[in-house]
Amino acid sequence: MDLQDPPGRQFHNGDPLTAADVAASLNEIAFPPKGVLSPRSDNFMMVKDITAPDPGTVVIHLKFATTAFLPALADPFNWIYEKKILDTDPHWYEQHIMGSGPFKFAGYQIGQSIKGVRNPDYYHKGLPYLDGFVGIFAPKQAVQLDAIRADRAATEFRGYPPSAIDQLKEQLDGQIKVQTSDWNCTLGAWINHKKKPFDDVRVRRALTLAIDRWGSAPGLSKIAVMHTVGSIVFPGSPLAPSKAQLETLAGFWPGINKSRAEARRLLKEAGAEGLSFELLNRNVDQPYKYLGTWLVDQWSKIGLHVTQRVVPTGPWFAALRSGDFTVGTGGSCHGIVNPPIDVQTWLPRSVSSANFGYYDDPKEIDLYDKMLHETDPTKQRADMWNFVKWVLDDQAHFIETMWWYRIVPLRSYVNGWKIGPSHYLNQDLSTIWLSPPHCGKCTAEPAPAL
Amino acid sequence: MTMISQDAAAPLVADEAGGLHRRSLPARFLDFIRHQPLGTVGIVMVGIVLVAGIGADWIAPYDPTANDFAAMMQSPSWAHLLGTDQFGRDILSRIIYGARTALIVGLSTAMIGGAGGLLLGVASAYFGGRLDLLVQRALDVLMAFPLIIMALAVVAAFGTGVRNVIIALTIPLIPRCARVVRSSALAIREVPYVDAARACGFSHSRIILRHMVPNVVAPFLIVVTAAVGQAILAEAALSYLGLGVQEPVPDWGLMLQGGAEEYAVTAPWIAIFPGLAIMLAVFGVNIFGDALRDALDPKLRER
Repeated sequence: MDLQDPPGRQFHNGDPLTAADVAASLNEIAFPPKGVLSPRSDNFMMVKDITAPDPGTVVIHLKFATTAFLPALADPFNWIYEKKILDTDPHWYEQHIMGSGPFKFAGYQIGQSIKGVRNPDYYHKGLPYLDGFVGIFAPKQAVQLDAIRADRAATEFRGYPPSAIDQLKEQLDGQIKVQTSDWNCTLGAWINHKKKPFDDVRVRRALTLAIDRWGSAPGLSKIAVMHTVGSIVFPGSPLAPSKAQLETLAGFWPGINKSRAEARRLLKEAGAEGLSFELLNRNVDQPYKYLGTWLVDQWSKIGLHVTQRVVPTGPWFAALRSGDFTVGTGGSCHGIVNPPIDVQTWLPRSVSSANFGYYDDPKEIDLYDKMLHETDPTKQRADMWNFVKWVLDDQAHFIETMWWYRIVPLRSYVNGWKIGPSHYLNQDLSTIWLSPPHCGKCTAEPAPAL
Repeated sequence: MTMISQDAAAPLVADEAGGLHRRSLPARFLDFIRHQPLGTVGIVMVGIVLVAGIGADWIAPYDPTANDFAAMMQSPSWAHLLGTDQFGRDILSRIIYGARTALIVGLSTAMIGGAGGLLLGVASAYFGGRLDLLVQRALDVLMAFPLIIMALAVVAAFGTGVRNVIIALTIPLIPRCARVVRSSALAIREVPYVDAARACGFSHSRIILRHMVPNVVAPFLIVVTAAVGQAILAEAALSYLGLGVQEPVPDWGLMLQGGAEEYAVTAPWIAIFPGLAIMLAVFGVNIFGDALRDALDPKLRER
């Protein structure tokens, strides 16, 4: 792979951005040095080496051919850092912001806001249109909606459930517009295999069998961003299982009564009837708190007694990472839709640091490798199905529930933004422009810059 | 040796023959109703909460935690008298069961915190000296924190859940109760029968528990009654902030969080009824406490 990088790009500090910076950044992500954490290093498991033979060329050698590489390279989490800084202090970027994008970092107040100002030297000439932006931190959905309602905020890029959007539309008649998209985020629950009796596959299968996905989705999708019943593969992908296939997986059977009867039988067989445990959950309204309340109700239907431990995002991640939980809610969001890489989340802990099931499973790794190396789409789809079935049905490693759906509201004066299947995409704000009078001295739509 | 003034809350009255005797409990209760109509309303309101909390399993028309997506956000109707929330849960049932949570937290806090404050206050007054000084300064430190701030700190340290909420609200109550009780106990300490008890060689614990504590019961009851209302309110506040009990436990404060905020316009009953429940329960406890104070205060009683 030979990537030609055009000259003339520069970092916000004025230093030129060269192929050496790109290669150093990708190497840091793909092959992190000791002491550096790179959660997405697995995205580049097919990469052999990355070099920059001259200031305008990056060469990447692959270990094997795979359809997963190009989407992995396009992932927005592949920041470009300055080699000079990385060589001096690989941890510098943990506390500092310095990029090459359309806006320069202008300020940050913990729990309040982040500010950016226009980068006049941005490599796409004429962009960005905005002079700057202020991002407001507001974890609660009600507060976010109030900010949009009061025009303190022009938009929120994650998304809301239909019930919230309907309210906004009714209250801001003609002053609001929405964009919608399937969302490359899924939601479920991690089962810590190191905690008894969850090392027993019968108990894990009972937990997933208890959940009425098909029956709950229509209702939940009105009040939460949870929407589409699916496997761990993005439902819109050609690699995703069909509905007929899905309905053969534990917990996805068409009849919930049959599923719950089987769940009770398995619990009895495993000596875990009336099991009590705590569900670790994240103190974020959408969709975690909805998921938690729903799961507890579903499990009560097979006689389980579940309480919730709802904690802020930091302690939630800390508990998942340290294994200090029994069952914990878990989301898996990705930028570019790239199922062969996205499903790595569910590979054993020894391979995937994003796996919080704490299990070893050599067969799962074999199934994954076979799928990843397959370049024929039909065969790859079959291999993906075998992998999915093993993870969700045979071993019930993870309790998959639903995929999210994005409905993003924008004040009607906000233009130039296009929704994508991820809230990680299209976030550089470079093409956004505002209608008069919100744009200051402007009188009309800006001329296309690209 | 016979001690007098063992029950300051039950005044002696003269009978027709001129002898002194204590009035029966029902008679005193009827007196209370006659002289404290507002307090009686408070008793009725507290009684409703008590009945709801204790008999929730029989009274509530629906399972308070059962999701029913076919009945989401339904306005009040005959099927659901107070409507349903965003999960289709019956709000009346959740309020009835929520009374149980409020009672558990309110009464536990008042009893544990009250008992701790009572013993600490009486012991501090009885022993006096350096112990009294140390205890009072420690209480000063604890009382420097507003109730909700102290409760937030405790919950942050111990975590959420009913048990930890009770701990969080009990700790701030102890110094408040101890301070009130101590002021009464200081006067009791100087009365002759306490000196007599000392002279008889009674143990400190016997003097404190049998001869001092019963004589500070009146102010103690008033503080404890007020504490129940405060605890219900503080628990609701903690749960509203996400630091109290967690879903799907039926809890009035929790019911005001999340769905109530998000659907305040389209489904206002989700917020209105739990809010009313908190307001009426706390109001009931407070007016009952006020009436109790009036009834137990000899000066006010004689008016």
